[in-house]
Amino acid sequence: MAATIYRDALRQCLIEEMERDDDVFLIGEDIGRYQGTFRVTAGLFDQFGERRVVDTPITEPAIVGLANGAAMAGLRPVVEMMTMSFSILALDQIINHAAKIHYMTGGEIKVPIVIRGPGGAANQLSAQHSQSLEGWYAHCPGLKVVAPATPACAYGLLRSAIRDDNPVIFTENPGLYGLKGEIPDDKDFTIPFGSARIAREGKDVTLIAYSRMVHVCLAAAQTLAGEGVEAEVVDVRSLLPLDTETILASVRKTHRAVVVYEDWRSGAFGAEIAARVGELCFDDLDAPVGRVGGLNVPMPYTRPLELLCIPNDHDVVDAVHRLN
Amino acid sequence: MAKPAHKDLIASPAEVEQDYRDMLFLRHFEEKCNAAYRAGKVGGYLHVYIGMEPLAVGWLGCIKKGYDRVIAPYRIHGHALTLGSDPVKVMAEIMGRAAGLSHGKGGSMHLYDVEKGFYGGWGIVGGHTPIAAGLAFADKYRNEDRITLCYLGDGAANAGVFFETLNMVGLWDLPIIFLIENNLFAMGTRIEYHAADTELWKRGVPFGIHSERVDGMDVFQVKRDAQRIIDRVRRQQKPALVEVMTYRFAGHGAADNDQSLYRTPKEVEEARRRDPIALIEGFIREHNLMTQEKMEAIDAEIVERVEDIYHQADALPFPEPGEVYEHVYTDMLPEEGH
Repeated sequence: MAATIYRDALRQCLIEEMERDDDVFLIGEDIGRYQGTFRVTAGLFDQFGERRVVDTPITEPAIVGLANGAAMAGLRPVVEMMTMSFSILALDQIINHAAKIHYMTGGEIKVPIVIRGPGGAANQLSAQHSQSLEGWYAHCPGLKVVAPATPACAYGLLRSAIRDDNPVIFTENPGLYGLKGEIPDDKDFTIPFGSARIAREGKDVTLIAYSRMVHVCLAAAQTLAGEGVEAEVVDVRSLLPLDTETILASVRKTHRAVVVYEDWRSGAFGAEIAARVGELCFDDLDAPVGRVGGLNVPMPYTRPLELLCIPNDHDVVDAVHRLN
Repeated sequence: MAKPAHKDLIASPAEVEQDYRDMLFLRHFEEKCNAAYRAGKVGGYLHVYIGMEPLAVGWLGCIKKGYDRVIAPYRIHGHALTLGSDPVKVMAEIMGRAAGLSHGKGGSMHLYDVEKGFYGGWGIVGGHTPIAAGLAFADKYRNEDRITLCYLGDGAANAGVFFETLNMVGLWDLPIIFLIENNLFAMGTRIEYHAADTELWKRGVPFGIHSERVDGMDVFQVKRDAQRIIDRVRRQQKPALVEVMTYRFAGHGAADNDQSLYRTPKEVEEARRRDPIALIEGFIREHNLMTQEKMEAIDAEIVERVEDIYHQADALPFPEPGEVYEHVYTDMLPEEGH
């Protein structure tokens, strides 16, 4: 195991996969000469050159479209979205094209493309740079969607994403880039999609989350432990495919569940998880499934209001209290 | 636009006959598709290529078939057939059958045949243009001398992503030809009402892309222009944009049943004088390359062949229900059930 931070775990995985496979290339805005807005690609332009680290014009639809075509021809593009909010410009290429190509061609053509970048709130980036859109993508058959919470998960899931023959949306909460952790010394370390992780074991309530909200849940679990409530934290990791079984098994043990997500509370992917728990675990539940989500407003700039919008550990603790 | 110059023609009588047969085959195939649609054998959207045959037969006759890459929007039966896709599989796809080119999951708009170099088959106007650039990007990345030929309509020439793509291919010198099939109509909107500058060939100029307007009705002239431009792109490994002037004799789709909304019978009558089939027949007569009897015999033979294709396709089964889940992913099934 080696100590690192989330950003560098991603970067190391990119380097290793590019060294392993010449078909892997990076493409995006300011990822090369400028070293990447969040420095995930720092140094890679110098290491691999402009053939494999491609700086683009600011044209998200054409970037993803070009990557789709390159993937159809057998390359393995890893697209960086400067923020996932900008991927909205490329929705046509992601949803109307990437997600449909294998199906529309009757299985003839594969699209091994990864679209990665920061999703969710950072620090006062306001309404157009702070959105959590993973639920939009996880709604769409044909895509795979992952949202790692730790450096090791980022390291293993990114490798799985690059080696996957399907389009993968890989969302990185910007608040995690500096998170410390350990990663295995294994250039083939992968984490399969559709496998959730028990981030903390407990017997009294299940907190279900992904990405940065896993850490919010872990903080809440600490507080709850002080009250004698042992919370189990399920890190979903992969939204599509979703490891429903691990979630249900935990709820069957604890009989209570709260789903926690940074996305707007209404209509988010967390609501899908809550619906599944209600539908499939009804007899095991001692209370209705709780939800904690982001406030249903565009993200405000000013710090006090921004903090109000993003769920924190107190919100989670309150939600657990409301179950009783 | 260069004037047609038949005196420069070096086509052999055999080549003339082949072009005649190929275009006539597309014409009859499309007419059969229309009939099948009216008979309820074809659903959804159906866009036929009647009047535009030289753009497929002429241009695709000049590429390295099976090596170069071809991508087109949704009026594509002619491209697949000319590239050599099995016509029964093409018809079967249009009829939604399991043995169709896309297993019945694509339909008329979504035909693909990678072995023949055909990459579809796209329903979002302009959306395939950056994908085409990606195909060319891959070839440049691997240092292979393929070219990509990307067809698009005059309507797609206004799409924002097309301009973004032109910038990229100009910036990166990608070996691609954008071929604007200017049939004068974006669905039912005439070019004067959809383009600020109706000379669409100019769209490549600001991006440093070799751009020109050429004829699309006289298949011999089409081939001369096509070979010249294809050779140039392959040799220089730089993009080109061509606006090919054509005319859509059919409606936008099979459900477009009131063409008086956007054009007059007089206009169609005038365009008919340059119908590609009529032009090549006139050429054959003018040069005494075939007797009238032989031309009629060829026509009858092709009609019979298309009938046979149709009946073979119609005998094929629809997909089984379980196939609905296949090919969403390469390696897993989606969750099942409603």
